[in-house]
Amino acid sequence: MSALTFLIVAVIKIAVTLGVLLTVVAYTVWLERKVVGRMQNRWGPSRVGPFGLLQPLADGIKFLLKEDLTPPYVEKNIYLLAPGLSLIMALTSIALVPIGPVIHLFGISTPVQITGVVNAAGQPSDINVGILIVLGITSLGVYGIALAGWSSNSKYSLLGSLRASAQMVSYEVSLGLSLVGVLLMSSTLSLSGIVHAQLGTWFGFIPQWFIFRGQFVAFFIYMMAAFAETNRIPFDLPEAETELVAGYHTEYSAMKFAMFFMAEYANMVTVACIASVMFLGGWSGPSLPFLPVAVQAFLPLLWFSSKIFFFLFLYIWIRGTLPRFRYDQLMAFGWKFLFPLALANVIVTAFFVAIRA
Amino acid sequence: MHQFLFLLFGAFCVGGAINLLIQRKTINSALSLIVVMGSLALIYLLLGAEFVAIVQVIIYAGAIMVLYIFVIMLLNAGQEEDAKGSNVAKIFGIPGLFAGGMIGIWVLLQHRPEEKLIPIGALYGPADKVGMMLFTKYLLAFEVTSILVLIAIMGAVVLARRSNS
Repeated sequence: MSALTFLIVAVIKIAVTLGVLLTVVAYTVWLERKVVGRMQNRWGPSRVGPFGLLQPLADGIKFLLKEDLTPPYVEKNIYLLAPGLSLIMALTSIALVPIGPVIHLFGISTPVQITGVVNAAGQPSDINVGILIVLGITSLGVYGIALAGWSSNSKYSLLGSLRASAQMVSYEVSLGLSLVGVLLMSSTLSLSGIVHAQLGTWFGFIPQWFIFRGQFVAFFIYMMAAFAETNRIPFDLPEAETELVAGYHTEYSAMKFAMFFMAEYANMVTVACIASVMFLGGWSGPSLPFLPVAVQAFLPLLWFSSKIFFFLFLYIWIRGTLPRFRYDQLMAFGWKFLFPLALANVIVTAFFVAIRA
Repeated sequence: MHQFLFLLFGAFCVGGAINLLIQRKTINSALSLIVVMGSLALIYLLLGAEFVAIVQVIIYAGAIMVLYIFVIMLLNAGQEEDAKGSNVAKIFGIPGLFAGGMIGIWVLLQHRPEEKLIPIGALYGPADKVGMMLFTKYLLAFEVTSILVLIAIMGAVVLARRSNS
């Protein structure tokens, strides 16, 4: 592949992935309002377009056209930097996620993954510390929230961001440890390598995903830590509207507020992607040989997106179901329950991996 | 290309370090330190040590600096006050630093082992190689470090308990 082709392919992949991601983010907001509405026995958005489907567009126009207030006595540079930092960190990590297998179009083969390439042997390969980069970017995402709250010069914002940084640092430990079991079993850090370690089935129909290979405890630890990392209910103390107005983004308006909002939903999508790659086999799924070949080419994308949809629905479902933690409960849950459980999972998995080897 | 990137990130690193010193607000200094950590990670990446680079980002930029920022936010540390230091330090500080640095570089250049300079992209990069070396060749150093960290953790626990009661 020449340098020019590589560049063009990379730009196309980035544009398509980013476009799809932003659309998914916009429609997750719509889905959330719709589903939570039905759970609370009301309709949700229904006026703009059929079923309120154009509501995200209307919201976007509203955010763009609203007056962009900057309160006095804010720490201006950092105040302006924070929303951008949040959004950039949230959108970057999707580049590492393997969305599909190698596709062949116009004589060029490339995996459906921004950082993936096809090596000389025709096998897909990507960055060999991929999952660590995702964790690194997630851990840098704290800065957006922390700096936003600090620079706003408001006690609600400051409290929100203090809570957010403490919570994210605490749950990051369990989040990272819950992935160690999977990494031990797949013996690679590359995300596409992890997906390839989960291909294949037992008895022809049970897929060999890591959640079925003894990592279900890790899966639940990951999901709970991920809810806390993305500041979603029941861990949404950083923006608890009953106590802190809106938490760390109290002083932000118009597009700057929208950037925080988008960052939160983009983080949800990323977390769902990582969960499905690590535990549910990524784009792998049952092959349906009776379908025409042209349709079969899209099956991996279908499996992947249905897994993402499942996770996003789970987020919304739990938001409509559970109340919020108290702050001491949140810390005790993270450090005294999830953390030892994640450690135990690592030790047990390592034991079984060592026996097999 | 590698040379250019090395110079670029090296400049970022040094610039961030200087900015760290001259900023009056603690939070700006902390942010400069993050820039320094990030550029160091990119220099490791240029050397081919991708595992060390990403660990640098996760540990230093992602965890330790978050705690720094957290403490600065919690204490709401404001502007640094001018200590009204001695005039000698004001006049001779920067030239002295410059001269000292030059002497240091000169001594290092005199004593460098000629063939042992590490070319760009030559370090042991992959995580499995790093792990193998940690558990075979450098096992003693690795275990001693882990005991050191354990002692530090226990010290932190003791201090935290004492202030509570």
